[in-house]
Amino acid sequence: MSVVVVGFLGILMFVAALFALYQKSLVGTVISAGAVSLLASIVYLILDAPDVAMTEAAIGSALTTMVFLYALRQMKEDQDG
Amino acid sequence: MVSRILAILAIIGAAAVLYPLLTGVEGFSELSDLAAVYVNQAPEEVGAQNLVTAVIVTLRGLDTLGEVAVLFIAASAVGFLMSGSGRSEKLGEEQSVPDRGPSEILQTGSALLFPLLLLFGVFVFIHGHLTPGGGFQGGVIVASGLLLLRLGQGAFPASHRTLGTVEAFSGAFYVALGILGLILAGGFLDSRILPLGEFGSLLSAGTIPVIYALIGLKVGSELTSILTLLDERKEHA
Repeated sequence: MSVVVVGFLGILMFVAALFALYQKSLVGTVISAGAVSLLASIVYLILDAPDVAMTEAAIGSALTTMVFLYALRQMKEDQDG
Repeated sequence: MVSRILAILAIIGAAAVLYPLLTGVEGFSELSDLAAVYVNQAPEEVGAQNLVTAVIVTLRGLDTLGEVAVLFIAASAVGFLMSGSGRSEKLGEEQSVPDRGPSEILQTGSALLFPLLLLFGVFVFIHGHLTPGGGFQGGVIVASGLLLLRLGQGAFPASHRTLGTVEAFSGAFYVALGILGLILAGGFLDSRILPLGEFGSLLSAGTIPVIYALIGLKVGSELTSILTLLDERKEHA
């Protein structure tokens, strides 16, 4: 059972990673890279590693995504000037 | 074209190698020797309900101190690089572009979410010995709350200097607790210098809640102070 769910989540992660690679807009890339991390944290949770899952969700999907979005915003402001 | 086919073949090969690991996940029927010692003795000796925390903070406390040191060195290096490049760009661009300002949704949402995120982060690191999570996770949640507030309200609520002071003191207290363990209890970072208390209650497991609170503060202020550097660099430019 869990193999099926983990496999499905793995395929979703693969799709999200591809989406991040072949996405035109940078914001979309950042969001789908964050989605890869979020799906990975669900996989860790199913595999009975809640501590690792929390770390992945907090660092990989929340903080990293926000730092990238913040940096993108700064870059855009620099370019406009 | 050839390199692309090779890359795809490499990915398929890696998937074929890793696939048995996925199907092989059955859970272990018995523990290895070291794990058995940890599982059987940690509840009595350390008194932490979350076994992972007992291992991370006490039984392998030195590794955690190393991890905190690695994060500190990384943050210092980023700070060094960023403060250096800020001054060199000062001459290039004189006037800064007027900030377009965050949208209504971001402003209201960040004001609503920030207290909840702060509370949740503190909850996670205070309850590190009872529930999954701990200092690192809680600290990162606090840092992302602060970054959300920066995105929504346009300024960090604390200056770089304040964050640096918090970070320095929590790091120093962490090491001081470790040395106290060396003097009063069984060894460096031994958590039994405070009474173990009732198993499963908030104030239990010796110094683990204190250490995790310090690590949480340190990680949170460290990551936020890296981000404040981005701001200050922009003000210089």
